[in-house]
Amino acid sequence: MDEPVSYYRNSAFIFWILKIKNVGFKEFCFKKSLWLFHFGGASCNNCDIEILDCLTPRYDLERFGMLLIGSIRHADVLLVNGSINQRDKSRLLELYEQAPKPIVVVAIGACGCTGGIFAEGDTFAGPVDKLIPVDAYIPGCPPKPEAILAGIVKLLNK
Amino acid sequence: MVKKTLIPIGPYHPLQEEPELFKLYCEGEIVKDIKWETGYNHRGIEKLSEKKTYDQSFFLVERICGICSTSHPFAFANAIEEIGNIEITNRAKYIRSIIGELERIHSHLLWVGLAGHFLGYNTVFMWAWKYREPVLDLFEMISGNRNSYAMFKVGGVRRDIENNKISQITPVLDLVKKKTDMLVGAVMDDPVLHARTKGVGVLTKQDIIDYAAVGPTARASGIDVDIRRDDPYAAYPLVNWKVITAEKGDVFAKAEVRLLEMYESISIIEQCLEGLKKEKEGDINVKVKDIPAGWGTGRAEAPRGEVFHYVLSDGSNSPARHKIRAPSYTNIATFKKSCIGQTISDATISLAAVDPCYCCTERMAVAYDSKTGDKILNGNELIALSAKKTQNIKNQF
Ligand code: SF4
Repeated sequence: MDEPVSYYRNSAFIFWILKIKNVGFKEFCFKKSLWLFHFGGASCNNCDIEILDCLTPRYDLERFGMLLIGSIRHADVLLVNGSINQRDKSRLLELYEQAPKPIVVVAIGACGCTGGIFAEGDTFAGPVDKLIPVDAYIPGCPPKPEAILAGIVKLLNK
Repeated sequence: MVKKTLIPIGPYHPLQEEPELFKLYCEGEIVKDIKWETGYNHRGIEKLSEKKTYDQSFFLVERICGICSTSHPFAFANAIEEIGNIEITNRAKYIRSIIGELERIHSHLLWVGLAGHFLGYNTVFMWAWKYREPVLDLFEMISGNRNSYAMFKVGGVRRDIENNKISQITPVLDLVKKKTDMLVGAVMDDPVLHARTKGVGVLTKQDIIDYAAVGPTARASGIDVDIRRDDPYAAYPLVNWKVITAEKGDVFAKAEVRLLEMYESISIIEQCLEGLKKEKEGDINVKVKDIPAGWGTGRAEAPRGEVFHYVLSDGSNSPARHKIRAPSYTNIATFKKSCIGQTISDATISLAAVDPCYCCTERMAVAYDSKTGDKILNGNELIALSAKKTQNIKNQF
């Protein structure tokens, strides 16, 4: 192992940084390079695509050090879009349980925020914020990639 | 005996933007069987549609699927107009076709990108999605939203494409044409892509007929089927274009069909824009008083194949029954043919080749898991649903 890694391994070093920078542990962790996990509930696919769109050259989410990753266990941010139906509900709760805390939950789209047009559906199991605590809402149907970026960057600066 | 391994893909997998679960049963490297589970995306749209008026339902059917957010309203409008015997104006026809074809372009670009991504060619992914953006900008200019355009209504369209906007549309089409040339060059001439896609996921003509596959999946296997020509609607009979087919039925043929279709779409749009200039501006609506009792079916050619809507009207202002069948519903079944016997690494691209769309497919709640016998929607809920329905019917008498 080269030097920096072993430094960071050393928790005393991290506490030292926290002390001189005078920030809490959570703020320190959420300062840079958020990793995102995307959970698409019962959606119409548009929000999902707009999230993927954020990765592509015009919007380029990765310039903020953000990455869309495959495992919730590595994630700092959980993006939830789409209405949650009965089948998704238990999976969402399970994912939230597995997520390392603290985790930031972002509800994307009208469906994620309230259930949107599907809220009257027979299989609807409640908007995201009834099931898990939500930190940010990004409304729109679908929200433009700019709106998604703005929302997440706002979170970064919070 | 060789041990069988089960490889689950999904339901929440970073590569797929939609939730669905594939189970690949493998022996060594070879996929022996495949099962897929859906239901993660079921929203009860057919039922919801009965609670809404015809005008509201358009916003709902648009949200069946984000990528085909024109095809569903298209088929729905065709169905309602069949019930009411409504003939729309030529200008509305042209506008409908323009929106439909723009959607085909953006959907095919999206597919090319995802296919490249599945093959590990992220450059193709980034390119294709980059050049998809100008098309979305056009949508934003025409309808005010990048996706979900809300352009359709019974008897016409909601917004006009004014003649002075046409000059802004044509440069984008030229750009898309140029970039399609580039993509075609990149895909058709690349020896690595040839090696990865030729002879992979082959569907023969007979397979297509057996599984009743539709759209580019069928056309890539030499089945000449296209609703735009076979059951003409909107402005398609008014313009010149041809149906693209290929013979091989492998992933490469499907890519070829889609890429070449984009040229056809561009040419259709150009002709429609010419047609628009001849029609009177603002003449986009016919007045519809009410929808008589009766039933109608509407079909439309979505980027993925035939969309079918059946609407039963009881003379009120909302559908009494609304049945939807999306193209992926039949196309997904071809996985049984295209994936089995492939290596695992080829399975993903074979899956992606039909461009499956799960939110389109989720029409039916599966009540029982066939393998474990688990109830997915539990008994009480089913009974409660049934009781509610009885109550509703009782109330009507
Ligand atoms: S908010 Fe709108 S675009 Fe997003 S998933 Fe829901 S219906 Fe689709």
